[in-house]
Amino acid sequence: MNLRRDVFQAIADPTRRAILLLVATQSLTAGAIASNFDTARPTVSKHLQILTECELLEQKQTGREIYYHINAKNMKEVADFIEPFRKMWDDRFNKLEEVMKNYKPKQ
Amino acid sequence: MELKTKIDAKDGQQDLWITREFDLPLPLLFKAFTEPEIVEQWMGTKVIKLESEKHGSYQIETSDAKGNLAFRANGVIHELVPEQKIIRTFEMENTPFGVQLEIYEFEHVTGDTCKLNMHVIYESITQRDQVLKLPFAQGINMAHNRIQEILTALK
Repeated sequence: MNLRRDVFQAIADPTRRAILLLVATQSLTAGAIASNFDTARPTVSKHLQILTECELLEQKQTGREIYYHINAKNMKEVADFIEPFRKMWDDRFNKLEEVMKNYKPKQ
Repeated sequence: MELKTKIDAKDGQQDLWITREFDLPLPLLFKAFTEPEIVEQWMGTKVIKLESEKHGSYQIETSDAKGNLAFRANGVIHELVPEQKIIRTFEMENTPFGVQLEIYEFEHVTGDTCKLNMHVIYESITQRDQVLKLPFAQGINMAHNRIQEILTALK
């Protein structure tokens, strides 16, 4: 598995970025995180699972609750910033390809 | 999975390479860079002016949902060899990012596919790194604004 690419896919989603920003300042339970979003709870759980799998979030058991906190080490890897730039060009060029596939020359 | 668009930006350099293979014949790809109404479609921007010729110039702009000017950029075309090469400058107006020199090379792969090599040279290493980080910073801002909206709604 290419962890590096997975990390960037993880942060490509706006909800997941919002989750990372939320837990950046304090550890939170899944319930507390979900209460910040209009999205259905299972959707938030899925996002948390993805972020945990690519090791951007870590779970810590405190009593009966599981708290999520940020894995600073891997967030630093994301901080080389290139992937969103690549994604921007990739989206643009995908659009170009789509436009030109439907292109009909003027008479 | 092989990525279609690749970025090569080495640490401590003031340039970068963007390469992309297209599932299009080369003349169509070239047209996408030289015809204003096509540029508008894939760049999602308004083309104020685009003179696709040697010593021509161009200007593009984007407005936000409220109609306020959000972004304007311009440049001049230094060289244009049909279906082969474009050398131009690019400058985002009212930003500290300076002027970048862009060299586009269009390459045949097969009859139906082609490749674009873009070499972008910035005024300094710092400016290259700032431009490179821009989409990341914007992404974080969008997420941040979303949180602001949620928090405001809760009040």
